[in-house]
Amino acid sequence: MALLSKKDTNLITDPLADNNPITIQVLGICSALAITAELKASLVMAISVMFVLGAGNVVISLMRNIIPSKIRIIVQLIVVATLVIIVDQVLKAYAYELSKTLAVFVGLIITNCIIMGRFEAFALANGPWRSFLDGIGNSLGYGVILVIVGFFRELLGSGTLFGYPVFGDPIMKTGLYSTGYENNGFMIIPPAALIVVGIIIWVQRSRNPALVEEN
Amino acid sequence: MLEHVELFFKSIFIDNMVFAVFLGMCSYLAVSKKVATAVGLGAAVIFVLAVTVPMNWLLDKYLLQDGALVWLGPEYADYNLSFLSFILFIATIATMVQLVEIVVEKFSPSLYNSLGIFLPLIAVNCAILGGSLFMQAREIETLGLAFNYGVSSGIGWFLAILAIAAIREKIRYSNVPAPLRGLGITFIITGLMGIGFQSFGGMLTGGGDDAEEANEQVNQVLQPEVITPLEEEIVVEENKEIDEKVISYNDVNK
Repeated sequence: MALLSKKDTNLITDPLADNNPITIQVLGICSALAITAELKASLVMAISVMFVLGAGNVVISLMRNIIPSKIRIIVQLIVVATLVIIVDQVLKAYAYELSKTLAVFVGLIITNCIIMGRFEAFALANGPWRSFLDGIGNSLGYGVILVIVGFFRELLGSGTLFGYPVFGDPIMKTGLYSTGYENNGFMIIPPAALIVVGIIIWVQRSRNPALVEEN
Repeated sequence: MLEHVELFFKSIFIDNMVFAVFLGMCSYLAVSKKVATAVGLGAAVIFVLAVTVPMNWLLDKYLLQDGALVWLGPEYADYNLSFLSFILFIATIATMVQLVEIVVEKFSPSLYNSLGIFLPLIAVNCAILGGSLFMQAREIETLGLAFNYGVSSGIGWFLAILAIAAIREKIRYSNVPAPLRGLGITFIITGLMGIGFQSFGGMLTGGGDDAEEANEQVNQVLQPEVITPLEEEIVVEENKEIDEKVISYNDVNK
C-alpha cells in the first residue's frame, strides 16, 4: 500500500500551482509581502508557517467534533496563538538576529488568513492525516511564492542571495558592477513586493487561462 | 500636543497600515470591490482599533512588560510575561469584537446593520493585531498616544481601502489584459499607490531629528581631530564648505 493515495497526493500538489493560497485563494498576503526583501527571512517565515499550519490543522481536526461552532473562532485563535508563541520563542533562542528582522510579523502569523482559512475550510471537516497533508501542501504553496518573491527582490535589489554577493562588490566595482550595472533600490522598498506578486499572478494566469477572472 | 499631531500624521501617511507594512491585506483585497462595503469595513476597523489598542496598551503596561507586575508588590518585580503577549492580545481582540458586536446590536440597530456583518471578519484582520503589536514594538508612552495611534492607523487603513475600491469600480471599464484582471491589477495598483505614499516619508524628516543626526554624523566624519594653528584657516574654510554641503543635502531631503 502506497503511503499516499492519489487523492492525498493532490492535497499536497494542488496548492503549489492551480490552487495556490496566495495567488488564487488570496489568503495570507499580509505577511507574504512585508518580509520578502531578503531570501533568508522569506525561507524562515515559510518554515514557521508550515509548522504552525501543519500542527494546527492536526489539532483542530482532532478537536473538530467537540468544538461548539459558536466559539470556534476563539478556539482556533487560541490554538494558533499557542503554536506561534512556540515559534517565536524558538526563533528568539536560536536565531535572534533573524527574529529582530521578522519582528512583529511572526506574531502576525496568528492572523494570517491562510491558517484560519484552512482551519475553516478543511480541518473542521476532515481527519487528522488528511488535514496534516493539506496544511503541509498549503504552506508549501505559500512558501514557494515567498521564496520566489524573496529571490528576485534580494537579487535585483541588493545583488546578494542569502547575504552572499552574487554580482560582485557594488562599491569596489567588481564583477558585473564593472560593466556599469547598478542595484535597483526600488526592489527593496515595500511596494515592490506587491508588483512582483502581481507579475507572478500575471505569468501564472497567462499559462493557465482557466484561472482568469471576470474583472 | 505636538507629539500627538506628529504621531497622527505619521500613522496615517508614512507608516500607513496597507502601503508601508501590508497589514489587513486579505480583507483589503476581498472587500474592495464596491465603495459602499469598503466604507463599512473601514469604519469598523477604525472603531475596533480605537478600542483594542488602548486596551492592549494597558495590558502591556500593567501585566506583560518586564517588571510590569511591580504594582502587585516588590516581590513580583522580576517577572517578565512578554512572551504571553500574542495570546493575550488576540484574546482581547476576539473578546472586544464580540462585545462590541453585542453592544452595537443592542443600542444601535442601524449601525449594526451597516457594520455588523464586518465585525466577525475583523477579529482575524491582521491590521488589528498588527496595530497592537506595533504599539508594543514602538514603545508608545501614554494611554492617550496609544488611543491616537489606534485611531490614526485605522484612518490610514480606511483611506487605503476607500481609494482602492474607488479605483476598482472605475477600472471595470478599462481594457486590462485578461490574465491581469481582478487580483493581478489590484496588486499592481496597490504597489503604485504604495510608491506614491513613500513620498510622504519626507514629511516629518525635513529639519527634524533625522536631518540633525545626519548633520552630526557628517561633521564628525569630516572634522579633523587635531587642528594645527597653520591649518586652522584652511579648516575653517573647509568647514564652511561642509556646512553648505549639509544644507544642500537637507534641501534635497525636503
